Amino acid sequence: MTGLETAFTPLQSLAGGVLIGVSAVLLMALQGRILGATGILSGLLTAGSPGDRSWRAMMIAGMIAGPLLVLAATGQMPAVDVPVSLPMILVGGFIVGIGVTFGSGCTSGHGVCGMARLSRRSFAATATFMAVCFLTVYVIRHLLGV
Amino acid sequence: MRLLSAFVVGLIFGAGIAISGMINPAKVLNFFDIAGTWDPSLIFVMGGALITTFLGYRVVLHRPAPLLEDRFQLPTNTRIDRRLIGGAALFGLGWGIAGFCPGAALPALGSGKGEVFAFVVALLAGISVARMILAYRARVDATA
Repeated sequence: MTGLETAFTPLQSLAGGVLIGVSAVLLMALQGRILGATGILSGLLTAGSPGDRSWRAMMIAGMIAGPLLVLAATGQMPAVDVPVSLPMILVGGFIVGIGVTFGSGCTSGHGVCGMARLSRRSFAATATFMAVCFLTVYVIRHLLGV
Repeated sequence: MRLLSAFVVGLIFGAGIAISGMINPAKVLNFFDIAGTWDPSLIFVMGGALITTFLGYRVVLHRPAPLLEDRFQLPTNTRIDRRLIGGAALFGLGWGIAGFCPGAALPALGSGKGEVFAFVVALLAGISVARMILAYRARVDATA
């Protein structure tokens, strides 16, 4: 099986990417922190101070409100099409959770903030997860035909 | 102030994820499917985010301290070890299976779709299990 076709959107994607960058720079300017979804989420699970937990919760609330802001501005809800079965979502999600914890970061932390700091660790991590993801999608779609 | 600024930062991030198409697993998986329904859009997401952050960090990190805290909290670990590479490889595997990465899944919760909630619950379970393994290992190392 092949995936659902999606349109090539270079300008929108670039604009969205710039916004992601702006948010990362703002967090560094304001709180002096790396904007990593893994770090922000997993900090919520550890028993930090209540103040520490509340800014993390607020940031996640803001993230969740992001697509609603786009809906309000454009009148259109951004598409979220899931071409994957529920068991694969659950298995994949669990593996992602293990991986980002051992690897200390994900696409935002390593791929954007870490590489922007020219961190060798982040270049190594990003190259690894991108390569494995390409391979995984190839195997699933073209060898297993799921 | 810290709470409001955290919300605004999250909002800009979430809007960026939504506008860029990162929020859509169909699009993300197509980026990785060069042999099939390839959609190269995500190169532009990564490029836009990286260039903006690279330039912005150069300005911000020249300052003595962030606006709302005493100091910058930057990672100091520089070791490229098995834990980093193994973890990143597992992340790539899970990303390719599910189509969501953590930074895309959190804004995608705003769509209200059940699959996104399922992913985030599984993600939190994986993070918790990995933390337990790391804590156990640290205890064993401490007593060894």
